[in-house]
Amino acid sequence: MLAPIIQISPLTKIRRHRELPVPGKVLVRQSQKVEALDTVAETILAPEHLMLDIASSLYVSTEKADDLIQHAAGEMIQKDDLIAGPVGITQRVVRAPRSGRIVVAGDGLVLLQVNSTPYEVHAGMPGTVTDLIPDRGAVIEATGALIQGVWGNDQTEFGMMQVRIDSPDDKLTADDLDVSLRGAIVLGGYCADPQIFQKAADIPLRGLIFTSMDSSLVRLARKAQIPVLILEGFGFHPLSAIGYNLLTSNNGREVSLNAEARDHYNGTRPEIVIPLDASQAPEDASLAIEDFAKGQSVRIVRAPHQGKSGKIETIYSQPIKFPSGVRALGAEVVLSDNERTTIPLVNLEKIA
Amino acid sequence: MTSSVVSADSILAIDVGTINTRASLFDVVGSRYRFVASGTAPTTIAPPFSDVREGISRAINLLQETTGRLLIGSDGNILIPSHPDGTGIDAVTATLSAGPEIKVVAVGLLEDVSMESARNLAITTYAKVSETISLNDRRKQDERIDAILRARPDLVIVAGGIDGGATRSVNQLLEAVGLACFLLPRDQRPQVLFAGNNNIHEEIKETIAPLTDLHLAPNIRPGIHSEQLAPAQISMSKIFKNVRAQQIFGVSDLDQWANGRLLPTSTAFGRVVRFLSHIYDPNKGVLGVDIGASATTIAAALKGKLGIRVFPQLGLGSNLENLSHYISTDHITFWLSEEIPKSSVRDYLFNKAAHPASIPATVEEMAIEQALGRQMMRSAVSQMIPSLPFTLSGPEGDLLPWVEPILASGSILSNAPTPGQSMLMILDGLQPTGITTIVLDKNKLLASLGAAAEINPLMAVQVLESHAFQNLGTIIAPVGSARKGTPVLRIRTTLEDTSESQLEVKFGSIEVIPLPTGQSAQIQLRPLHRFDVGMGGPGKGGRVRVVGGSLGIVIDARGRPLQLPSDHDLRREQLKRWLWTLGN
Repeated sequence: MLAPIIQISPLTKIRRHRELPVPGKVLVRQSQKVEALDTVAETILAPEHLMLDIASSLYVSTEKADDLIQHAAGEMIQKDDLIAGPVGITQRVVRAPRSGRIVVAGDGLVLLQVNSTPYEVHAGMPGTVTDLIPDRGAVIEATGALIQGVWGNDQTEFGMMQVRIDSPDDKLTADDLDVSLRGAIVLGGYCADPQIFQKAADIPLRGLIFTSMDSSLVRLARKAQIPVLILEGFGFHPLSAIGYNLLTSNNGREVSLNAEARDHYNGTRPEIVIPLDASQAPEDASLAIEDFAKGQSVRIVRAPHQGKSGKIETIYSQPIKFPSGVRALGAEVVLSDNERTTIPLVNLEKIA
Repeated sequence: MTSSVVSADSILAIDVGTINTRASLFDVVGSRYRFVASGTAPTTIAPPFSDVREGISRAINLLQETTGRLLIGSDGNILIPSHPDGTGIDAVTATLSAGPEIKVVAVGLLEDVSMESARNLAITTYAKVSETISLNDRRKQDERIDAILRARPDLVIVAGGIDGGATRSVNQLLEAVGLACFLLPRDQRPQVLFAGNNNIHEEIKETIAPLTDLHLAPNIRPGIHSEQLAPAQISMSKIFKNVRAQQIFGVSDLDQWANGRLLPTSTAFGRVVRFLSHIYDPNKGVLGVDIGASATTIAAALKGKLGIRVFPQLGLGSNLENLSHYISTDHITFWLSEEIPKSSVRDYLFNKAAHPASIPATVEEMAIEQALGRQMMRSAVSQMIPSLPFTLSGPEGDLLPWVEPILASGSILSNAPTPGQSMLMILDGLQPTGITTIVLDKNKLLASLGAAAEINPLMAVQVLESHAFQNLGTIIAPVGSARKGTPVLRIRTTLEDTSESQLEVKFGSIEVIPLPTGQSAQIQLRPLHRFDVGMGGPGKGGRVRVVGGSLGIVIDARGRPLQLPSDHDLRREQLKRWLWTLGN
């Protein structure tokens, strides 16, 4: 059976597509070095338009109004620029209520697309532009440690990671945060404290990474102005041994926290990149194609043992009955604490 | 039905779901069409493949291994037609439910009339109406344009104007649609479906067709009080296919293999339900429920008329993350047979959303999943039945009308560890009334048969009557109210060997009369206290022949709507007892 991949790697090449959801302007060049917060591409995601009824405003017919319009579609105009007129004894005119670009002019009407704040896509990690995606963005390549999670609030930040976790089953509350963490991305354990987001905003922090989180906090996490990333899932789940060792050994390093929302159709998932200088690193495994096999390192995604990692000892060729009563293909997994357990294959992810 | 085989066509049915892709083989075995086998592989829309063909290929390979029949040639293409040596296949059908919700802007003249019909049309497939525009809308034209642009729709459905009626107002609404299309890059423009006043098709063609793909369908609101969605649903299937072909690699090839017959899974599912409504009791409707990862679909049909509604918000996949907008956690915990904190139920929803392909491995997680299944059916059916485009006869009140049979599909039902668990989920979730049978789609074939029915209707009928489906049993659910423990129904059962038994059923209980699959029995029903079993009115009974099933005859005398104790412990105890009665 095809093994879904989760990347938890101390050193790897990381290639990521940074693309706009709709066509726009690419702002980087091939081979350009970029920082995590550099803008790769931008577009107007939700344009705002103003329709100006020239004929009615000037009290003239549609045909006459068209003759009086002073600009053609595509022209940029500034606020108060003359759009149509003058006409009549009082020299009636229509001026631009705001700056923008005329997109339609005719039939007695002018449609103005007003200037609005562009939507930007950031590099998300320090690296090099290896490919350009016309009108959409670029492919960024970096080298470093990579730890993927299961949930993110769709925000990105870059900063120093401060570890506030003493064991894989540690917990984090608002009281554990103080002003010494100002500007840091904090790695904490399980969180069920709704005050934590306000405290993080007050200090302020640049990001929060939780081992796991009570799902009642999702609404607050979505509203938070900083990235929030969940590593193992919802409810109390300790951090996997491999994740714990990797993250705690990088305490104090700069990290890219890409807490992008998981998208099951394009395969994106939230992740932490710890940039490392290394001349050689294994290739990015995100596109690896592998079936489940004996000896693979795996992570368990559902109860029991959710979040724990281990190695596949045996893959059973026939469906097994699990305590729930359900029958499914399964594997015997030896967990990092040497406990053996049988898990449905569909509840496993291969660690790459 | 005992028709003989009229054609030897073999069919390979490919169903691409959100989680799994299935390849099922149907062929003639003996003198009848049969489901032969199926192969299942994970769907490969996401990276590393980003192409549905890989999952299809893997599913077909597994099917080849199981059957020993060569279906794919050395060039990697499906071998069509079949050869005398037994290789290949005569025809391919395809159904698809995978993919993000189709974003729809619904445009209509009046909010409660044509707009409502446009919305009703949208929800017959995997769509979400993200913006609506009508004449009641007080926004200015530029604000309407921006609303459409912000919604980034895949489809704009325009309805309005009875035939021969309003044209100016419709054109005014269309102006915003046309301008929004004009402002988008050509490859980003939505498809436009016009299903309004039939008399202005030519005008619409002139204004919209140069800008984007325009589909014209018969008016879905030909009169103020009449709605006809069925003809426009054909256009919706075509649009669905176009949108998916743009979004997902490999869909165009899949459609080509199926000779242009790729259908949304929900449409194919609805087709089976409609098909059966021609065959079964013309006085009753046929009901189908399919709980999938992408959506829950409810379809009901009467004498060939179909009502269908797709609820993407009630899917068991990544949409679970937003389920709390539609179903409260309290409604799910209400059905739990185990003591599980509300927070665990909420956590479960988010964990399942993060890993939609995962399955419950513990007793607690299975209890949550089954409680969720019950509430999803409850929620979907209670929204669907009042909006049916025809009237089904049934008991008074907001209860499920008399239907026969009920087709139940979806992994949550077919993968339940015991038939009793599947049955109780359906009884609790749908709360059927009167006399009916429950047919479980244990091999997930219903949509495939719906797609195949277009090529070979006989095959669809014969496979539906085969052991490919599990008849869970005959349900007798008397409607009425009484004190718990009051006798409400007397049943005399006469088996094929003429042996007889009698049973008095008390209100609040579930009783089972064993009757194995393949056997039938004559039962005489005598409702007490004016309870209604759908045999002509309250208190009326009579004789009826029923068929056996995995659980035999199940008498659900718990009352409708089902009232469970508000005390948590008592309720859990009750649920467990009923499950025990059904053989768990």
